[in-house]
Amino acid sequence: MPAEEKHSLAIRWFHWLNFPLLFIMIWSGMLIYWANDVYRLGWGETTLIHFFPDWLNVRLNLPQRLAEGMSIHFVFMWLFAVNGLVYVMYLAISGEWRHVVPGRHSIRDAVLVTLHDLHLRKELPPQGKYNGGQKIAYTSIVLIGIGSLITGAAIYKPAQLSWLTKMLGGYPMARWEHFWLMMAVLGFFAVHIVQVLRAGWDNFRSMVAGYSLVAPEKSANPPREERA
Amino acid sequence: MKTEDEKLAARSRRAFLTMGVAGLAGFAGWSWLRSRPLDQGLPGPLRSVLGLNERLARGYFSDDHRMPEFALRAVNSDTRVNGDIGLGSDFDPATWKLEVQNGKTPQLQISLSEIQQLPRIEQITELNCIEGWTEVVHWTGVRFRDFTARYDPAFSATGAQYVRLDTPDEEYFVGLDAASALHPQTLLCFEMNGKPLTLAHGAPLRLVIPVKYGVKNLKRIGRITYTTDRPDDYWANQGYDWYAGL
Repeated sequence: MPAEEKHSLAIRWFHWLNFPLLFIMIWSGMLIYWANDVYRLGWGETTLIHFFPDWLNVRLNLPQRLAEGMSIHFVFMWLFAVNGLVYVMYLAISGEWRHVVPGRHSIRDAVLVTLHDLHLRKELPPQGKYNGGQKIAYTSIVLIGIGSLITGAAIYKPAQLSWLTKMLGGYPMARWEHFWLMMAVLGFFAVHIVQVLRAGWDNFRSMVAGYSLVAPEKSANPPREERA
Repeated sequence: MKTEDEKLAARSRRAFLTMGVAGLAGFAGWSWLRSRPLDQGLPGPLRSVLGLNERLARGYFSDDHRMPEFALRAVNSDTRVNGDIGLGSDFDPATWKLEVQNGKTPQLQISLSEIQQLPRIEQITELNCIEGWTEVVHWTGVRFRDFTARYDPAFSATGAQYVRLDTPDEEYFVGLDAASALHPQTLLCFEMNGKPLTLAHGAPLRLVIPVKYGVKNLKRIGRITYTTDRPDDYWANQGYDWYAGL
């Protein structure tokens, strides 16, 4: 089977640089959050889950490390932001954004792909580099990253950037938003890992070596966006 | 000559090797960072970048960049008491006088009633604790800039760049850059939520500086020092950012 180029070298570097940087940002953020861990899922007096449960704090050695967490967060934020912004600029300039930004069929395709993944439907819709579900997921995670930078800036400098903090609903609200964006990243990560495991070796190797030996389904059916 | 498959296998090996080496380099960099000698509780390079962040923030700082001010109904009536370092019990507010050192005149001793002759300011702002919680508080006091103009008019002109505040027992102390101290929202306060300050909230006189985290809002001021040297700071000595500006 012929090898196809799947991920450019730049994409692979952005991806694997982002992995440890995002990990460091989330971990150091959790060191900070511990000092005022007020968010939960629940209503009124009822709490379903408190973030984070004490056993998890202890297990991850989070308590009493606020100063350390802040120092790491406010240093690595630069690297995280630069890698992310250069990635977005690369997508824009190279034209590769076309693979990632959802088109008008993406929502329907995403539903069909999800049904397929849950073994409720046999066929996959025709697709390009990414299917509708992937497009929505990979665009969402970029927006979540940008949102994290914006809400982060609003709680980092609520006086100097008071217009931004105000726009986000005030300081406590911006902190809440920053937290739930982080939770959304964790949600993305969980699904991403499962899907990567399901997709198998060829797909994983393509994010390291760049090429794929498995022809995407497009051979028989050109993707809709390209036909349109 | 290599077959297509062999070429791909070599490419894959090279890519995984590169990733492995990059991963090890990243891990080595992280270990190096974490093992640097501590500068006030933080690895030196982290402290240096916090210094860069501070320079950026100070470059952008302006009197026009303000914390939001709120209506009276936004005030938490039951304001949280947090932190009692420097608030030992052997203190008599009746005999208290504020000491001011500006390096020129002999140390000044100023009474509360003298301070209260400066223009009275009411201000409803958030106190943002470095831990992450927020309280909206109604403060009454005088502007630090008015106080400075009265008791150290030469402050800006003499090149004094910093202010240090100590509790009377010198157990708690904060350092401030001049621009933040002279920001129009920075107050010396003697009333909170319409009543005289309680001892737990910093009577007879406390600093309120909304453009900084709560840790800089020193209670029970014993001495104010105008200085050209960057002052020590209680929490910065324990690994926190010295600037702590919002």
